[in-house]
Amino acid sequence: MTGARRLWGGAARTGLVWGAVAVFLALVGMVEAFAGRQIIAGVVSLGLTLLFLTGLASGYQAARLRPDGHATLALLRGALAGTAAGAAVAGLVIAGRLLNLRRVFVSASPTLFALLSLDQGAGGAYLPVAAGAAAGALGAAGPLLTGRARRPLLLGLGSVLALGLFQDLLDPVLRATAAGMAVRDALFADQGLSVSGALIAFLVVGGGSAVWAGQGATVREWVLQLPASPRTALRLLALGLGTVLLLLLPLGAGPFLSMVLVLVGLYTLMGLGLNLEVGFAGLLDLGFVAFFAIGAYTVGLLTAAGGLAIAQFSFWTAVPIAVAVSLIAGVILGVPVLRIRGDYLAIATLGFGEIVRLLVLSDFLRPWLGGSQGVLGIPKPALFGFELRGPEQLFYLTLAASVLVAFVAMRLRDSRLGRAWMALREDEDVAEAMGINLVNVKLLAYGLGAACAGLSGAIFAVMVGSVFPHSFQLLISINVLALIIVGGMGSMPGVVVGALFLVGLPELLREFAEFRFLVYGAALVLMMQLRPEGLWPTAVIRRELHESQRAVDSQPAG
Amino acid sequence: MQPTWLWKLSFVDLSLWAFRAAVMVLVAWGTVGTLAAATYSGETWIELFVFGLSQGSVYALIALGYTMVYGILRMINFAHGEVFMSGAYTAYFVAEALASTGALNRNPIPSLLAVLAVSMATSTLVALLLERIAYRPLWRAPRLVPLISAIGASFFLQYAFRGLYGSGFKAYPEAEILRGKWIIAGVSVLRSQAVVVVAAVLMMLGLYAFVMRTRTGTAMRAVSEDREVAALMGIDVDRVIVVTFAVGAAMAGAAGFLYALVFKQVHFFMGFVPGIKAFTAAVLGGIGNIPGAMLGGLFLGLFESVGPILILDGLGIVAPYQLKDVITFTMLVMVLIFRPSGILGERLAVKKA
Repeated sequence: MTGARRLWGGAARTGLVWGAVAVFLALVGMVEAFAGRQIIAGVVSLGLTLLFLTGLASGYQAARLRPDGHATLALLRGALAGTAAGAAVAGLVIAGRLLNLRRVFVSASPTLFALLSLDQGAGGAYLPVAAGAAAGALGAAGPLLTGRARRPLLLGLGSVLALGLFQDLLDPVLRATAAGMAVRDALFADQGLSVSGALIAFLVVGGGSAVWAGQGATVREWVLQLPASPRTALRLLALGLGTVLLLLLPLGAGPFLSMVLVLVGLYTLMGLGLNLEVGFAGLLDLGFVAFFAIGAYTVGLLTAAGGLAIAQFSFWTAVPIAVAVSLIAGVILGVPVLRIRGDYLAIATLGFGEIVRLLVLSDFLRPWLGGSQGVLGIPKPALFGFELRGPEQLFYLTLAASVLVAFVAMRLRDSRLGRAWMALREDEDVAEAMGINLVNVKLLAYGLGAACAGLSGAIFAVMVGSVFPHSFQLLISINVLALIIVGGMGSMPGVVVGALFLVGLPELLREFAEFRFLVYGAALVLMMQLRPEGLWPTAVIRRELHESQRAVDSQPAG
Repeated sequence: MQPTWLWKLSFVDLSLWAFRAAVMVLVAWGTVGTLAAATYSGETWIELFVFGLSQGSVYALIALGYTMVYGILRMINFAHGEVFMSGAYTAYFVAEALASTGALNRNPIPSLLAVLAVSMATSTLVALLLERIAYRPLWRAPRLVPLISAIGASFFLQYAFRGLYGSGFKAYPEAEILRGKWIIAGVSVLRSQAVVVVAAVLMMLGLYAFVMRTRTGTAMRAVSEDREVAALMGIDVDRVIVVTFAVGAAMAGAAGFLYALVFKQVHFFMGFVPGIKAFTAAVLGGIGNIPGAMLGGLFLGLFESVGPILILDGLGIVAPYQLKDVITFTMLVMVLIFRPSGILGERLAVKKA
């Protein structure tokens, strides 16, 4: 009896927590801001989808309170949780009508309340409750589905959501060809997917996934059965196809997407560099942006036409110099922090990064570095008389640099130095006892990492055409560190994945611009709890984290 | 038989000594230069001094939260600056409402206390949620994991408050009794700054008494000494952690209120820089050390206010105030390098990472 009561109480509590999330989403402005974005034209907007998702989640969680329980009861629990979540939203609507919430909460506008009560005016307050109950029941049905049915369903719904979100990006790409035009007309209305388009997308992706679930295993087995040489050929073919696609990417993508790709590339470069320090050698660095700035300023001062310029080198002469200067700067800043470990190292390097930025910004160094106005008029690089003018062309430069750095990093990882770094990461004292020269090894990590950042900065300088101190905020250091962690510490494919997720995705979701860091922060917190090893972890890290997990599980709580 | 090793070590030592000596020479040079030039009157110096004290007491209050949490969890609560911001920003609306009804000038002391209470309560609530959602699930994870979670939480809180309250600067209403100056011992002092210093000192004394005298305070000290042994002695470690977060956050909330009295405006990003400075103060005083955080905060505040003119002006640097944060960060780096155990230096803070 008390068990049952606790279960239902738990469901109601879950619902209220998710209701609080929904109210937060509404008050923080996300619901209203995303309401303009139609997922399915005239039917569902992104804003309401968000609220609906909180209802779904509450139902799902409530049903999971006792996974083996009776199905009907689970549905009822889900509905109860959804109702509670909806009631919280309804409470907000009523409070919004009675009080002037706008004095405090800027987003608590009449538009928001109209949205929440689905344009039904004051009488519409019951609507969120009903919608919440329905969403909760639906969410509760989630765990009841068997694995084979759930996956296609989720993938289908996810693809509809993704297509709706990225419509703006797909549109110009699809318009370019006749076949694309036909696809576009079939799927999209003016704003968002058309109803039939959504159905088509859902059926194609969901159906495809269902078929794959049935047949995928056979295909995989067939590949595994192949003798070695055709398998290598198959892999090479896939690799070649991937390379060709990557090379053709900017041609089809247009300037905006190319710009995003260049940014992703620059962050990948920095990530690969920081990965040498953090991922391989375990040296936490929060001042990494300093070397990015040093690279950018070196190229700026060596190539720009303005009064601050030291020389008029071409880009190709300036880049090696910039890389060398960054490398030396990395070693110089590395010397004082040789003896510092762990969190303190993070803070000390953060201090260095900020010192560099503040010095560059100051009037004191203005005659040499241009103060807050920075260095202007950096010419674009030219190759064999062909000017790398826009992001489409710079993409290739970034790609080449990334491939080069990735290759060097890979060789370093497997070298004697790489093994010394890993030993250092695992235990500094033991590494020293094993005869590793800590000073050399650490300084090499700082220097080489900084050189990568300098290269990235050099490309950044020519991409923007000018360098300002404001481009070198602490945020960049944190971004780079976060993308390494999100991708998976020490994992090089992880760096690319992390850059795509943390730099590429937010750039693409324009509506998210205002909420970018909100989502970003929440994603970091969630990620650390759900998948601390990262999206594409190295085998070692995965094993370690799971071992410690097992140790925690087997220990009694407390 | 290790000549190369010895050579390398002394190379590092030499460069560190050179770094230290260079900073010392610069500081001495600048100070002598400024004092010899005598551009600034005694009154200016006193003004700078009092301002430094008031800003330093704000730093000290924030630093307490860092130091207590670090003492217990060995974790840098990167989002503590945002806890500070949340209190000050939320209390703004109370202050605004009180000012618009005129209560702020009719009953100034109860009104100000109400604003203070709201600020402290909000900060405490935010910190408790923060601990529950972002930190508690992680305290057995490798060290980097909670740090990243804290960085994420810091972003989340900044932009959540930006979304909730808007992105502009808000001017804090000023109570009439805090306008103008008092003459204290022949020195004229801005009223708001004097109140801030006195309030902060009272608060810190209260906290010190709490930690040293009460049962909960004893439990906190025991947990920071050795968590496992404390648990064996029957102390509820989870509860102590929660209390630590709450007390640290209440101090940060109070700091938010006092900050608003001195600087008279709030903003969603206002927590970041004071947060880093307060962390510097905590390190300066010896992290994990409560009196150290107080001293470190006051010292940092003073140094930041007096330092740019005292040192940089004498070196002939234009616009020295632009570089006041450089002074702070240089100090942070120097302390971390040369004396990681801080001024008071009770606890050896260099733990194995």
